Amino acid sequence: MSAERPRTLFDKIWDAHVVETLPDGTALLYIDLHLTHEVTTPQAFDGLRAAGRKVRRPDATLAVVDHNIATDDSRRTGIVDPESRLQVETLEKNVVEFGVPYIPLLDDRQGIVHVIGPELGRSLPGMTIVCGDSHTSTHGAMGALAFGIGTSEVEHVLATQTLLQKPAKNMRVSVDGNLAFGCSGKDIVLAIIGKIGTAGGTGHVIEYAGDAIRALDMAGRMTVCNMTIEGGARAGMVAPDQTTFDYIAKTPNGPKGEAFKRALEWWKTLPSDAGAHFDKELRLAAHEIAPQVTWGTNPEAVLPITGIVPNPSDEADEAKRAQLQRMVDYMGLTPGQRLTDLKVDVVFVGSCTNSRIEDIRAAAAIAKGRRVADHVRALVVPGSGLVKKQAEAEGLDRILREAGFEWREAGCSMCLGMNPDKLTPGQRSASTSNRNFEGRQGPGGRTHLLSPAMAAAAALAGHLADVRDYQPKGSL
Amino acid sequence: MQAFTKLTGIAAPLPKANVDTDQIIPARFLKSISRLGFGKNLFANFRFKEDGSENPDFVLNQEPYRKAEFLIAFENFGCGSSREHAPWALLDFGIRCVIAPDFADIFHNNCFKNGVLPVRLPREICEKLMEDAKMGGNARISVDLERQVVVRPNGEEIPFQIDPLRRHLMLNGLDDIGQTMQHAPAIDGFEARQRAAQPWLYA
Repeated sequence: MSAERPRTLFDKIWDAHVVETLPDGTALLYIDLHLTHEVTTPQAFDGLRAAGRKVRRPDATLAVVDHNIATDDSRRTGIVDPESRLQVETLEKNVVEFGVPYIPLLDDRQGIVHVIGPELGRSLPGMTIVCGDSHTSTHGAMGALAFGIGTSEVEHVLATQTLLQKPAKNMRVSVDGNLAFGCSGKDIVLAIIGKIGTAGGTGHVIEYAGDAIRALDMAGRMTVCNMTIEGGARAGMVAPDQTTFDYIAKTPNGPKGEAFKRALEWWKTLPSDAGAHFDKELRLAAHEIAPQVTWGTNPEAVLPITGIVPNPSDEADEAKRAQLQRMVDYMGLTPGQRLTDLKVDVVFVGSCTNSRIEDIRAAAAIAKGRRVADHVRALVVPGSGLVKKQAEAEGLDRILREAGFEWREAGCSMCLGMNPDKLTPGQRSASTSNRNFEGRQGPGGRTHLLSPAMAAAAALAGHLADVRDYQPKGSL
Repeated sequence: MQAFTKLTGIAAPLPKANVDTDQIIPARFLKSISRLGFGKNLFANFRFKEDGSENPDFVLNQEPYRKAEFLIAFENFGCGSSREHAPWALLDFGIRCVIAPDFADIFHNNCFKNGVLPVRLPREICEKLMEDAKMGGNARISVDLERQVVVRPNGEEIPFQIDPLRRHLMLNGLDDIGQTMQHAPAIDGFEARQRAAQPWLYA
């Protein structure tokens, strides 16, 4: 028998889920977990109904509302916006008709779909996980193959529990050494996107490796995998290790007892073999990464906080120059301006990128004993009801409220401008979310992406600020 | 899904890279529970001013591009959100073919599910097609999926590559769920094996 070819983490999960390979090389790939929400499913359930099809594995499907709901008290008295209400009611009707497990709006476990999957112990190593949402890449932090799909594919998975897929290429990004003070998973991933660009990962699945990745907690790994899609890659992954296993052991719905032990045996076989082939490799030195902030209108337009607004006329390529000029104009910037001189109107700590308990602790540590600048509206939106409860048990809500932050209910909130939390035209935000596209947080809104600690520093300063100038005042 | 064989029509030039799906259809318009009606909000942030009136500078508000069936753009078209509302909005507006140097993966997938043909051609060819498109109503572009060629207004034929399975489904307007359902015995077998090996994945 010949020796087995060394395989990557991606290869192993892929191979374990191929139901059949079609003659042209397309695989019928089995899906272990299908997360669903109100925005990208109504048309899929309609399709099932029209064709008289059922949901094949309701037990492998989970529904929750997150995108278009309000994150203030108004949710307790019903959804005000009629279109949002119809979308939520449609999901509620569909989950009953098709027997899909559902976490209702007022349940403690409700939250952003990419926060609750790992938190509940539903997203596990070695799984294939999909959701009609590009940030499904988040779950790759568990050592899973997780990616976003469109609504037609949602319907395909509901009906068949499979997808037709061509294998992706393997890319490895190693972040070596130790991260400097004031830096987090967010700074790592922004620095990576700055290097590879918004399409640098297209056609690839990225495995993150190196000491700095190993040193991240699960929340930090989720942040890195979450934003992998902003670099064009279909999925991001981190090989499961003791940090992963310890995290799962504490989840309410993860495997327990014998099942956990048996699962652990399989999970430990998942990390990439020595000598496995990667089609692309990138190495970064963690200590060279400074706190990052985006200045333009895609996540590749990112700089260290000590940077200055670039001058489009320095760009030789005409098309790129025009794009840079458009960014400078849209963002209301002047070339040469220091990023720390940019006054912010709104600060948003939340989204599937940065709304976990660790993120809220990071913001609270900076905010403690200080005040949000008078002209700033600052929101902290926990990623789930369970995160909110945990934060309240730790007294983080009190620290944040005392500093002048709004403390909200769980949801996608100001990440995407489809619920009441939006920017108004011309407003500038410091946001822990994932996309700084034109109009993403509301038409005419200007978004600067950064970490939770950097967002807290911006709220206090009233302008983009270097978190390294804000030593925490005491411990939490 | 409507079958796609040949298309001849007006092409709108959109000489931008990284056109993301938030630009194609902003999130505030994703609240519909239907696949139809998104065309009126296609590129809404560019097509309309804050007061709701049309922005005459935007290409799709200009004649003859209001009737465009092709869109020519640059790199990484369709990046960002996975929303299938993006191809739905293009289709509902009347655009059935997008030509660009490359596409973001999820958007690319979503197009095929809806009879919108994404054609990848090298940047220098997209630049030529961009110039053709700028000629407006006098310059019709064609695409022939059967023969895998784009035809410029001057008659020059440009071959393109496409995944054979996707081409087949699109040419015949086939629903791939029905195709996959034919593999039900294999899926049953997979589940039986997986349930034995990894019972924690099953309720």
